[in-house]
Amino acid sequence: MLKPVDQKSIISQLPYSQPFLFVDEILEIDENSVTGEYTFSAGQEFYKGHFKDSPITPGVILTECMAQIGVVCLGIFLLKKSDSDSENPKIALSSSEVEYFKPVYPGETVKVISEKIYFRFNKLKCKVEMFSSKGELICKGTIAGMMLTK
Amino acid sequence: MSEKDIIDRLKKIVEPYVQRMEGLKNFQEETDFLKDLQINSANLVDVVLDVEDEFDIEIDNDSMEGMLTVGDAKSIIQRKISGR
Repeated sequence: MLKPVDQKSIISQLPYSQPFLFVDEILEIDENSVTGEYTFSAGQEFYKGHFKDSPITPGVILTECMAQIGVVCLGIFLLKKSDSDSENPKIALSSSEVEYFKPVYPGETVKVISEKIYFRFNKLKCKVEMFSSKGELICKGTIAGMMLTK
Repeated sequence: MSEKDIIDRLKKIVEPYVQRMEGLKNFQEETDFLKDLQINSANLVDVVLDVEDEFDIEIDNDSMEGMLTVGDAKSIIQRKISGR
């Protein structure tokens, strides 16, 4: 019997805080996939420099948002399902390969959908996509991380 | 399957993940995946998944933790094949 896992408790267990938390809400989550949302507030510091006089969300930040929702939230969920002693897991990004299709401007809300490719030996590898509020593909790729519980 | 056969197949599997090519030239039982081949722990997971597919076996967590060298991997593969 799988334990129910509260979506809010996953967000509270994320090892990030402002200004580097890129998850607002988990919309759906199960053993194989997760869907989450984030709104890029126009006040983010990086918009001052990326780019000068023309703020656009940096690709690395989009990748980070995909990783936080798509790999870390799902990873915490999977650990909580499988092992009750997995409080405050340590997480390491191990690979990312992402292609970008559309820019994200300040104030935009994005949706991240991630599907598990595998979760074995504490490595979680996922196929992750990000969409705009209109449903357009912003970026997609494959991201993997190690969930270290010790 | 001979020991040499297993080690040859293993070499093909690890090759794409190796960062230190020198270690690959001298691929033998004592070769350490992390130290000699500089495969990181995340890619070692992929090596193990590829080994499972190649030899049609399942590697459990304990076996994975004991798989530090080519010789360790060979022994585990032999044991799993014979218990199949």
